[in-house]
Amino acid sequence: MKKLQKTLIDIARYPSAVIGLTIIILMMSIGIYAMIAIPYPEAIRLWRGGEAVWYQNPKNAAPAWFNYFTQQKLSETILIASFEEENPVLQKDLAEKEVIPRETGSEITLTYTFEYDYDDFPKDLIFYFRSAYNEKLPFVAVRWYTPDGREIRVTDMSIQRRQTYRFLQDTRLVRRLQGVSPDIALFADPNSETPVPLKGTYKIVIEGIVFEDGADIDAEFVLHGQLHGWAGTDHQRRDLTVALLWGIPIALAFGLVASLGTGIATMTIAAVGVWFGGWVDELIQRITEINLVLPFLSILIMVGTFYSRSIWVILGFTIALSIFTGAIKTYRAIFLQVRESTYIEAARAYGASDARIIFKYLIPRIIPLLIPGLVIGIPGFVFLEAALAFLGLGDPVLPTWGKVINDAQFNGALYNGFYYWIVQPAALLMLTGLAFSMLGFSLDRIFNPRLRGM
Amino acid sequence: MADKKLLIIKDLVLYFRTEKGPVRAVDKVNFELGFKEAVVVLGESGCGKTSLAKAILRLLPRNIDSYSGQIILDGQDTMALSDEEYRQQIRWVRMSLVPQAAMNSLNPVLRVGDQVAEPMMVHHGVRKEEALQQAKKMFQHVGVPADFLTRYAFELSGGMRQRVAIAMSLVTAPSLIVLDEPTSALDVLTQANIFNVLKRIKKELEISFILITHDIATSSELADRVAVMYAGQIIESSDAMQFFNEPLHPYSQMLMNSVPRLRGDVEPIFITGQPPSLLNPPTGCRFADRCPKRFGKCDQEPPIFDKQDRSVKCWLYE
Amino acid sequence: MALNVPLTNEAPAAQAGDTLLSVEDLHVWFELKKFGFGHAGYVRAVDGVSFDLKYGESTAVVGESGCGKSSLMKTILGINIPTKGDIVFQGRHMSKMNRSDLKWYRSQVGYVQQDPYGALAPFMTVESILEEPLIINGVRSKSERRERIQKVMEEVKMTPADDFLHKFPHMLSGGQQQRIVIARAMILGPKLLVADEPVSMLDASVRVEILRLLRNLQEQHNLAVIYITHDLSTVRYFSERIFVMYAGKLVERSRIEPLVRNPLHPYTQALLEATSDPDANNALIYRELPPGEPPSLVNPPSGCRFHPRCSQAIQGLCEVEVPPEFEPAPERMAACWLYK
Repeated sequence: MKKLQKTLIDIARYPSAVIGLTIIILMMSIGIYAMIAIPYPEAIRLWRGGEAVWYQNPKNAAPAWFNYFTQQKLSETILIASFEEENPVLQKDLAEKEVIPRETGSEITLTYTFEYDYDDFPKDLIFYFRSAYNEKLPFVAVRWYTPDGREIRVTDMSIQRRQTYRFLQDTRLVRRLQGVSPDIALFADPNSETPVPLKGTYKIVIEGIVFEDGADIDAEFVLHGQLHGWAGTDHQRRDLTVALLWGIPIALAFGLVASLGTGIATMTIAAVGVWFGGWVDELIQRITEINLVLPFLSILIMVGTFYSRSIWVILGFTIALSIFTGAIKTYRAIFLQVRESTYIEAARAYGASDARIIFKYLIPRIIPLLIPGLVIGIPGFVFLEAALAFLGLGDPVLPTWGKVINDAQFNGALYNGFYYWIVQPAALLMLTGLAFSMLGFSLDRIFNPRLRGM
Repeated sequence: MADKKLLIIKDLVLYFRTEKGPVRAVDKVNFELGFKEAVVVLGESGCGKTSLAKAILRLLPRNIDSYSGQIILDGQDTMALSDEEYRQQIRWVRMSLVPQAAMNSLNPVLRVGDQVAEPMMVHHGVRKEEALQQAKKMFQHVGVPADFLTRYAFELSGGMRQRVAIAMSLVTAPSLIVLDEPTSALDVLTQANIFNVLKRIKKELEISFILITHDIATSSELADRVAVMYAGQIIESSDAMQFFNEPLHPYSQMLMNSVPRLRGDVEPIFITGQPPSLLNPPTGCRFADRCPKRFGKCDQEPPIFDKQDRSVKCWLYE
Repeated sequence: MALNVPLTNEAPAAQAGDTLLSVEDLHVWFELKKFGFGHAGYVRAVDGVSFDLKYGESTAVVGESGCGKSSLMKTILGINIPTKGDIVFQGRHMSKMNRSDLKWYRSQVGYVQQDPYGALAPFMTVESILEEPLIINGVRSKSERRERIQKVMEEVKMTPADDFLHKFPHMLSGGQQQRIVIARAMILGPKLLVADEPVSMLDASVRVEILRLLRNLQEQHNLAVIYITHDLSTVRYFSERIFVMYAGKLVERSRIEPLVRNPLHPYTQALLEATSDPDANNALIYRELPPGEPPSLVNPPSGCRFHPRCSQAIQGLCEVEVPPEFEPAPERMAACWLYK
């Protein structure tokens, strides 16, 4: 404990270490939050995606905070529903609902009000209708009211139990709007030469009629903005925040387990080899030399392609291939020195067993060297996982940063100008690498005093 | 006793800067060394004697707090020289050093002959063949066979390597060589051999020595004068004959009494306690808390008293 | 009042005057490996050493580096295995010992090392360091271990023990570290102590302290001590007998006083000549020393191994035949043809 305190005090002396440590703690907290707020099964479900899950999102929308940086305010997604969601997290704005009963059935009026303050037009306008009835289809008339008081007739139609009405695909509406696409026509300022949206309060009124008692109409209005959410969306309308958030614990866990597993195994094997000498040592050295020549990434690619892409399998192979590396030779050099120490000789003199000497006397000497190496090694493994995912060999179900980049590249993100799609995960990768490196190099200076003053 | 002195050190101060404050390794040291004379600086570990060697040769690390005083070598104050001038004119030209464990500081990838020749080439611009000739001569002086010139350090025994290190310090014909614990890691026969070599060099090449050691017995092999160092200060300075017969300072006396002797029946006595830290040395006499002869006045730092040609830093000799 | 670890197979109790340790024609050779298979010869570190040691007796083994005394010591400690010959301890032959017997044997021989700092694991507290031998040798109860640690700390005069137990070695002075090393050597209640240059890395003023401590411990516990050194001046202080070793063999065995007054073997004479006492007259004389260096243990000289350096060598004898052990006076052995 005291040693930990002392180490923390030493760390405090290096600004880079403090920054690194802060970033790491921040990331770990966010990662833990992500795991709690969106539990694992939920995360997988969300990531698997599909229209049912993500229908409310626009495709390839940039993050909402872009508006802070642009002159023109781009449109953001607006969601208004006439019903309450079970999960309060997903609650949207509520529309007014008025039900007037008649002889048979009722008149149901739904009013949707929203503010539109953006300088650009939305991407898409959709109504998702939900109705309940026995035989007779309900009927709805949709009217659009602009801030300057114009009324535009949108559509009149009967609706089924589930009906999706897409404004932009209604050819009759388009004709009524003189061939101008509804996303522009419904918002354009009539007085302006160039198409500019009119800002103000918009209202949509649905006048519906149900012909049976007990029937009902509900509808959800979705306006797809050009921006969406904290991190934007991808080609499958998935909110990228899920992947970015969940990528943190995955990356950290992979990096930590790989680094720790490799570190401990390497250290133990080096100690055993040095202590027993002879053919054991020779064998370990030869295995190491062979392993150094093997193409690491290529083997992992083969494993991923021909065997399994599960992250546990990849992790296992990564560790196995990383144990017999150059680090063994470094540790061996140090252990060879330590083996000649008099206290080891004394231990043999009072009867210590080989196992005891290895674990209690040799290995503790190397732990100060091991710890910085562990920390510095973590980003390497994080990048490895991302690289594999980028090459299309990532775990098929897990939302990781590498997968996001892979999707982005596959769907022409750079070609289409969706820079956020690549930059965000890449930035997170770099941040992780930077934080661990800064901490690791400072730890190196603390534990290896000869490097101090550099 | 020669009138002109080869080396006069006045108020030499060397403090190191550490996180906990200045370490007062060399705290106002004064001493003198004549021509063809060997002075032994006697002291235990932690008394600052290695720092004294470094201070004389200006081999300073980066964390220096204070470095001042006068080092007058044959009439010239070397402290006044810049670092580069010092390197070109003094170090390994007129003064050289055989550092502690010198035998381990030989370059493992160079032949020993080349290493000994190197100072000649660097400082005197001599060509390699000539420098190697000089190296060969030095090997003769120290008793290493000439065919060892082409060998590597690992091929030589500890005693041989130490002789090579001495040869390296001799090659530029300096007037003064400082030796820091030259024989502490060596066997007794090799030790005696090295001292034979040093005695011969002193006589034949007219070189003065400052020998720094904690080993009282072997120090008597070379000493013309003895200076005893304790807690960064020289507390006694005397010629060897008188010192070994009758040391003056209580510490010197206790040190002399703590040496086990091969020939002689006295049971050695040990000194209790530990030397003070150089970080916060006590005010007053630094040996007072271990001294059996302490009295009231010892709370003040004693000045150096001269008794004929001996000096002692102790109130008992006021 | 020795603290005895319970033994699986206890040897019969013995009295002072009985032989504790008997080294019989001990040879310890190391193979020099050649690249690939086969070997390039042997390093004959110990090449035919025999002596007896009684309970409570102390002897010094003196010799220069490369004479084989370290290998001799390690074999007596049970770390090296004899190539030929045997060691008999309390009547039991090492060559016949199985693994658990060897473990018992090691607990009976305490080891005090040269470098106090290196001898203590720098990452362990004093308490853990002292506990290790106890744990390894089966003292299971924590309270018993604590008791024994307290006792042994008292014996080495590191009291109050609790002040030191939680410290790390680098927090102690050289003398204190060496006391811990001695405590560790004593904690299993050994009958024999092997001390390898125990004071050579300590300051002059501390050496006496430690030597005196060792002597007191020896007297109190009737310990036999083998004191290995190359510094003759400390030998008088501490041992009754002295063995002089050269190039893997014992060249002289004697009680100390007679040896100092009258060394028999030319090598012993050289050692004494080379050992100085503080005397200003030393600066005025050159010492007469044998030329050359100690021989390689791979290819030692034929006949008497000292003959190439010996000023008193007998032509035609010393370089041809290995001298046997002669006893020119009672209790004085010299392996030298001068004493035929």
